[in-house]
Formats: sequence, structure tokens, C-alpha cells
Amino acid sequence: MHATLGRFTAKRDLLYMLTWREIRVKYSQSVMGIMWAILMPAVIVSAGVVVRFGFSTISGKPLEVDDVASVAVRAVPWAFFVATIRFATTSLIANSTLVTKVYLAREVFPVAAMLSQLIDAAVATLVVVILLTVLHVGVSVQLLWLPLLILILVVLTTGLGIVLSALSLFFHDVKYLVEVVLTFAIFFTPVFYEARMFGRWESLLLLNPVAPLLEGIANVVVRHAPPSLPWIGYSALCAVGIFAGSAAIFHALEPYFAESA
Amino acid sequence: MSDTALRLDGVYKKFRKGELYNSLRDLVPALSRRLIGRRPAPDSLNARSFWALQDVSFELRRGEAFGIIGSNGAGKSTILKLISGIMRPTRGTIQVGGRLSALIEVSAGFHPDLTGRENIYLNGTILGMTRAEIRRRFDAIVAFSELEQFLDTPVKRYSSGMYARLGFSVAVHVEPEILIVDEVLSVGDYLFQQKCMERMTEIMAGDATIIFVSHNLRAVASLCERSLLLDHGRVVQIGPSSETIKTYLTRGHSTRALEPGSDIRVTNVTLGPPGSSRVTFGTDEYMDITVEAKARTRHEDLSVVIQIMDNNQYAVFDTCTQRLGAGPVTLEAGETLTCTFRVQLRLAQGTFHVNAYLHRYVTSHQIDRWMSAATFFIAESPLVRGVANLAPSLVNCEKASPVGPALLDPVGRA
Repeated sequence: MHATLGRFTAKRDLLYMLTWREIRVKYSQSVMGIMWAILMPAVIVSAGVVVRFGFSTISGKPLEVDDVASVAVRAVPWAFFVATIRFATTSLIANSTLVTKVYLAREVFPVAAMLSQLIDAAVATLVVVILLTVLHVGVSVQLLWLPLLILILVVLTTGLGIVLSALSLFFHDVKYLVEVVLTFAIFFTPVFYEARMFGRWESLLLLNPVAPLLEGIANVVVRHAPPSLPWIGYSALCAVGIFAGSAAIFHALEPYFAESA
Repeated sequence: MSDTALRLDGVYKKFRKGELYNSLRDLVPALSRRLIGRRPAPDSLNARSFWALQDVSFELRRGEAFGIIGSNGAGKSTILKLISGIMRPTRGTIQVGGRLSALIEVSAGFHPDLTGRENIYLNGTILGMTRAEIRRRFDAIVAFSELEQFLDTPVKRYSSGMYARLGFSVAVHVEPEILIVDEVLSVGDYLFQQKCMERMTEIMAGDATIIFVSHNLRAVASLCERSLLLDHGRVVQIGPSSETIKTYLTRGHSTRALEPGSDIRVTNVTLGPPGSSRVTFGTDEYMDITVEAKARTRHEDLSVVIQIMDNNQYAVFDTCTQRLGAGPVTLEAGETLTCTFRVQLRLAQGTFHVNAYLHRYVTSHQIDRWMSAATFFIAESPLVRGVANLAPSLVNCEKASPVGPALLDPVGRA
């Protein structure tokens, strides 16, 4: 019993140290340091505002405060999703010496990649909170949905990251495929726009399990409305399914990691 | 807790020669072959795979130190990777009874941009310690590494020796129940190696089981009671280290380099005291070295050279038929030449190898050579220490009393 507990503590501490290493290494020797965590979502927000401005110019409807706030709120989870998938995919390849030379629980690498991005997202969230205050968005009881929505996003992202990290050890194609998909994914995900703008195609767009989550987050934070429960249920189901499947694939492939890395 | 720390039972490991599948392009045909049903049996070998280990079984008692020796590619590191869980065996079972730590690639977990202090924590958790444990042992780790002044320097500015010292210092403080050591003792300078050996003995005294893989046979002999000799993935011998090492040395080192198309060669080299055959001698004993050579075509102007090397491949002695007064030898086709050299073994304890050469008389052109054709051992003797037996005798050892009063040197130093 004591030994099991010790092993668990050791694994938790390893995860802590690896996450800390990711952050420490990323921001050491860079002039901007932790400001980079804000820059990425800031770029997405700026791009989004430009796009929304374009929309409003064409449609003749004025650009509303809520539209800007909505883009800002969606940008942070989206940046978290993209960066986590990107870093998690290469996390085992980047640590191949450890994978082949030392025995440790290998799932810590993609999970640490996720955690370090989560901390970046937390920093960016602070900035968004300031922005929302300036825009007088206000708060409501609907904010209580937020932790659940974030949890579903984290489970979904971690699941994808875990399976992609394992697969990319065996097939280098995975890394390139992920890059291509991430580059275009912003067109198929409601970050700059809202799903309802698509009218009858809305359901098709929401089949992307990240989409209902972004919609939900924007709803509860900016519009003070509850998220669409069926769609959130769908996302949660996808997240749990993907996570379970990924964990199974990861553990089935793990014995061959050292021979393939 | 049982008395067994580790048990390997019929362990096999198969490796592929190439990559598993390099890209999706290779996977598609491979998968479709599988779907059609031409799936190879898991135990069969094809042209693209080989056995890295075959039928390896052994059992270690708690607190035992166990050596694994063998030439490069014998499968030593594969065994360690299987035991430590980095890889899984193709067949067979491995039971590990206790917390295991491996001193393989001790600096693998270092990040060059982080400082020594940060890397101690990072590497410590990678090797399986909790942060609380590292905090407790931090001072001991730093003291062991002797790198106090450089703790806040990024390790990318460390020398490779400092790098290895820090890695080893962390690793030896994991306090495992089973410790795997792979050739890491070759790090650092002489004093640090000494210190590592002492620390290993200390860990052993704490009832830990040690598996030690090394080419440093002296270290294996002094640390491990039992050893395993591996050759091409198969167990050759398991037993007391001294005997396993002897087997390894007598079989492993022999290499022959023949001229292509050479039609004369050394065919046999045997050792023994005059009139019999054995390979362990006392110092000062006489030993006969018999060299046989056979010619398939006529050869003129031959001489036979023997050379005795110590374990570090330093030449200790050589002689030849020419220098000992024999004239050039001529062999007709099919004839065999047998030369017996007699030497007095004025050597100290150690392992020695005999090389035999066929030379052209006068020009000393080498025709055939057989390196380490035979091996012999000189037993320990209380009379001889060092490398050679200089046949000491005591000429004088007497006291003298000063004639007058001892004024200058009251001790009476002569």
C-alpha cells in the first residue's frame, strides 16, 4: 500500500517537474518571457476582430461589443487546443532519449505538454478577464458552467494528444498531418464566427466536438445564456470516448516505444 | 517478502533489422498482407529479424551482486532494458521484486538550459524519486558530485566529465532495492571512479541487489560473486565470477587475421608445464608453448614468433626461433612444423595471452598471425606483487649500534 502510494507520488512529482521544465525552458533566454503566453491568443483575437469587422462591413450590421468579447473568449481555449495538440504530438519524439534509455511512465510526456499549455492559457485568461471588464460584459450565474466546459475540453485535448504522441513515434507522417489539419482547423471551428451564422448548416459545424465547447463558453461568459445541453453532451461523450480509446492505443503501443523511437 | 529479488524465466527477445514501418506508405501494404491472412507466427524469424536474446533464465537472491559479461553485441544491454521495463520480452517472463533503479545513461534526463540544481530535481524525478526524497538527499547528492560552485550554472556549460558526475551522483542516491549498473563507472577521473565503487559497495551493504554490466573484468571480479557470460544472445555460463571470466577470456579473445589465399598457417597453440597441459601456473614455474604450423605448398625461410601480452594488450615478452638460434625452416607441401618454446614465468598474478606468428626469416615479413591463441593465468603469490617477478632475495638486514654517543641521529637511521 505504502509502495503504491509512493509510486503515485513519484509519478505526480515527475509530471510536475516535466511541466515545470517545459515552461522554464520555453521562457528562459527569451526577451518577452511569459508575455508569449499572451501574444498567441492576442494575435488570434486581433485576427478575429479584423474578420468580424469585415463581416459587419459586408452585411451592413455594425460591429458590436459582444462580437469582440466573443472572439476574445473563444481565442484562449482554441489557442490552448492547437498548442497542446502540436506539442503533445512531438512530445515523445522530443524526449526519445528518455523513452529509449530510462524506464518511466511515458504518458507523462503528452500530459506535461498539455499542463504547460494550460498554464499559458491561465495567464492569457487573466488578460481576457481584464478585457471583458473594460468592455463591461458583466457576470452571471451561467459562469458556473465554465469549469465543466473547460474540463471537457481538457479531457478531449489530452486524449487526442496522447494518441497522436504515440502514433507519431511510429509514423513520421502523423506530425505533418497534424500540422496541416491544425492550419485549416480554424476554418471549421467557430472561433472567428458563430455557429448560428451558418443557418441550417449549423449542426454540421457542431459535429466537430470542439465547436459546441467554444459556443458554450462564449454563451455562458458573453451572452449569459446556458450552453446547448445536447451538444455539450455530445462533446462530453466524444471526449470520454476519445480519451478511453487513446489510452488503450497508447498502452498497446507502449512496449514497442523503445524499439521504434 | 521472498528471498528472490529477480527472476528471468526463458526470456527471448526478437529485434527487427529495419524500422517497424517508416511511414504510412509502408504500413498500407503491410496491413493488407495481414488482412489477407498471411500473418507470420510470433515465434518465427524472417529475413528482417533476429534473436537478440534466446532462452535466458536466472534468479538473483536479495542482496546479491551479479555480473553480466560478454563481447559487444552479446545482448547485455538488451537484458538490462528488459529488466528495467524499457522493453518487453518477446517470450518468457521477468519478475522484479522491489524498487528498481538503473544507472544507464544517467544524464539522459538533463536539460542543457537548466542549472545543476534544477537538473538534480528534474533528473531525480525522472529516475523515480519524489521531490521530498530529493530535498532530503540534496546535500548528499551535491557533496558526492563535488560541484557546489557550479550548482547555479546551466549544465550546457559543464564539461562532459562534470555532466556525468552530476548524473551519477543523482542516480546513486535513488536508494533502490535493485540497482542496474551499465558501464557507467567509466565516467569521471580515477578518484571519482574510486568513489563510485565505494558507493556501490555501500549500496550493496544496505541489502540491495546489484546487476553489473561491464567490460572492466577486474571490477566485475571484485564486486560480484556470480556472473553470467553471454554470447550472441545465449547464456554460455552462469557461476562464480572467477570461472565465468576465465571462460570468457579463453574463448572470446582469439582472433585470426590471415592473408587472403594464404596457404600456410598456424594450426595449433598449446600451453602447459613441461610434459603436461594446464593453464594456471605459479610464479617462477616453467611453461612450454607449443606452436604447430601446416603448409599446403612449399615455403622457405620461415621463423616462428611468440609474444606474451597482458590483459591490457601490453606486450610483456616476445621471442622467435631465429633469435634462439634455429636457422630458417623450409616446409614442403603437406608438412607440419612443431616448435616448443620453454619460458620461465617470472610474472606476477594476472591473465596473459599468447600470440603466435609465422614470419619470413631475416625480413620479418608476417605471413600468418594468431592473436590470443592461448590464455594462461598466474596465481596469486604472497612473494610477488606488481607486474614482474624480479626474483628477490634478502642480502642484508642487520642492526648496527653507534660506536660513540648518538649525537645527530638519536633514532639511529642508517
